[in-house]
Amino acid sequence: MSAPSVVSLRNVSFSYGGPRVLDGVNLEVEEHEFLGIVGPNAGGKSTLLKLMLGLLEPLRGEVRILGEPPQRSRTQVGYVPQYPQFSRDFPITVEQTVMMGRLGMSGLFGNYRRRDRAVARQAMAETEVLDLAARQLCTLSGGQLQRVLVARALACEPRILMLDEPTANIDMRVETEIFDLLKRFNKRMTIIVVSHDIGFISGYVNRVACLNRTLICHHTAAIDGDTIRSLYDADVKMVEHRH
Amino acid sequence: MEFFSALWEHPFLQHALIGGLLASIGCGVIGSYVVVKRIGFLAGGISHSVLGGMGAAFFLGMSPLGGALVAAVVAALLIGWVRLTWHEQEDTLIGALWAVGMAIGILFISKTPGYSVSLMSYLFGNILMVNPADIWMMAGIDLLILLTVALCYQQFLAVSFDEEFARLRGVPVTFFYLLLLCMVAVTVVLLIQVVGLILVIALLTLPAAIAAHYVRSLGKMMLLATLLGALFTVLGLGISYAPDLPAGATIILVAGTSYLVSLLFTTARKRRELRRQLLRAMQ
Repeated sequence: MSAPSVVSLRNVSFSYGGPRVLDGVNLEVEEHEFLGIVGPNAGGKSTLLKLMLGLLEPLRGEVRILGEPPQRSRTQVGYVPQYPQFSRDFPITVEQTVMMGRLGMSGLFGNYRRRDRAVARQAMAETEVLDLAARQLCTLSGGQLQRVLVARALACEPRILMLDEPTANIDMRVETEIFDLLKRFNKRMTIIVVSHDIGFISGYVNRVACLNRTLICHHTAAIDGDTIRSLYDADVKMVEHRH
Repeated sequence: MEFFSALWEHPFLQHALIGGLLASIGCGVIGSYVVVKRIGFLAGGISHSVLGGMGAAFFLGMSPLGGALVAAVVAALLIGWVRLTWHEQEDTLIGALWAVGMAIGILFISKTPGYSVSLMSYLFGNILMVNPADIWMMAGIDLLILLTVALCYQQFLAVSFDEEFARLRGVPVTFFYLLLLCMVAVTVVLLIQVVGLILVIALLTLPAAIAAHYVRSLGKMMLLATLLGALFTVLGLGISYAPDLPAGATIILVAGTSYLVSLLFTTARKRRELRRQLLRAMQ
C-alpha cells in the first residue's frame, strides 16, 4: 500500500441493542480522497460516521482515524451533522456559531485569540457567509444554515471533513454549490460525505462506498445499474458516466 | 407610594429589597441558560427536591439554607447523572426525584419538635424575613455565579448550544454540564428566600423568557433578564405591601402577567411583519 490510511476500519460491527446495523465493515481511506458513502435509509450510514467520530463504540472490530482511536484524533476532524442538535431560535449569531469550531484550539478558559477569529472569518469567506456574520441563526434559510455548518467544521482546520447528508433539505442549485465548495476543499483535506443520492455525488467523489449493513467499495466509473439494484433492492434512476 | 415611605422607615423592608435585587442577578444570569438549554423541568426537579435537605437540616438543628445548598448540589448532580445515563427514562426519574425529595423534607419537618409554620416559608418564601446574614450569603452566591460564568462563558455557551459538537471539539461536556446544573442549584437556594422553592421555577424562567423575546444574544439576554427580575421583585414587593399580600406570590403574578403580555405583543408583531412581507411580495 502506498500512503498510510487516514481512516481505517477493520471488521467493524455495531448494533443499538437489536439487530446488527453494521456487520464486518472494512474500509481504508487515503489522504485527500473524496469518498461518498451511499445506501438506503437505515442502512447504517450515519452510524458509520458516528463510529469514525468516536461518538459510538463498535461492538466488534477496530476504528483508527489518523492512526489513533477516534476520541484522540477527533479534534482534527470537522463534522457537519445531518440534524444539528441545537434549536434554531438559540440567541446566537452566525459568527459565534462558526467560532465554536475553534473551541478545542482556544486558550485555557476557552477564550478566543486573534488567530481563532481570523480562521473563523476565513472559513466564512470560503463558504460565502461572511456577509451573514452578524445575522441570527433563526433568520437564515436552509441553504444558508448548511453553509454556516460547513464553515463551523472548516474553522476546526480539519485534516478530514465528514458530512452527513449535507444537502438533504436544500434545493438542487444550492446542492451543486455546496459540492463545488467541497471539491475545492478536497485539495487540502480528505472528505467523506454520506448521501442517499448516488447519481448526484458520483460526479464529485473519487470512490463510492455502498453501505447496507455491509460495505462494498467502487471506483465511481465502475458503478452500473446492477450495483445499485443489488444495493437498494429496487430500480433506481441513474445516469451512466465516465471520468 | 405608601411602600416607598415605609421603605425609608423600616430596615426589614430595605433588607427585603436588597435581597430581591441580589436574587435578580442569579435569576437573570442562570435563568438565561435554563431557558436557552430548555432545562426548566430539570431546574424544577432540583428546586423541589431541595426541601429534603432543608427538612433534614431543620431536624438536626442546623441552618436550613446550608442544608438547602448541600441538597441542591446533590440533587443537581443526581439529576445530571440521570440525564446522562438514562436519557430514555429521564422525565420519569426526574419526576420521582422531585417528589421523593419533597416527601423526605416533609417527614423531617413533621418530626421536628416545635413550631412548624416555617414549612410555608420554605415552600412560598418570605422575603420580609431576609436578615443581614442572608444578604451576605446571597451576595456570596451571586459572586460565585458571576465568577463561574465569566470564567466558563464559552464552554457554557458551547454546551448549551450543541453538546455533540462541543464533545467533538474536546470540550469536557459532562463536567461543564454538571457544573451548569450546580449553578442552577445554587441559584435555586438564592431564590428560595424570595419566592420559596415551589415558585422558584417561575422566577428562574420568566424574566429570561421575556428577555428572549427582545434580544438576540445570550449576554444581552442575561442583562435584560436581570433588570426584569429586579423590576418584578420591586413591583411585587411594592404591590403586596399595602394590602398585606404574600410578597413571593405577588412577585410571581407580576412576572407571569408580564410574560403573557410580552408573548401576545411579540406574536402580534411577528404576524404583522409576516403580513407586510406577504403584501410586499404580492406587489
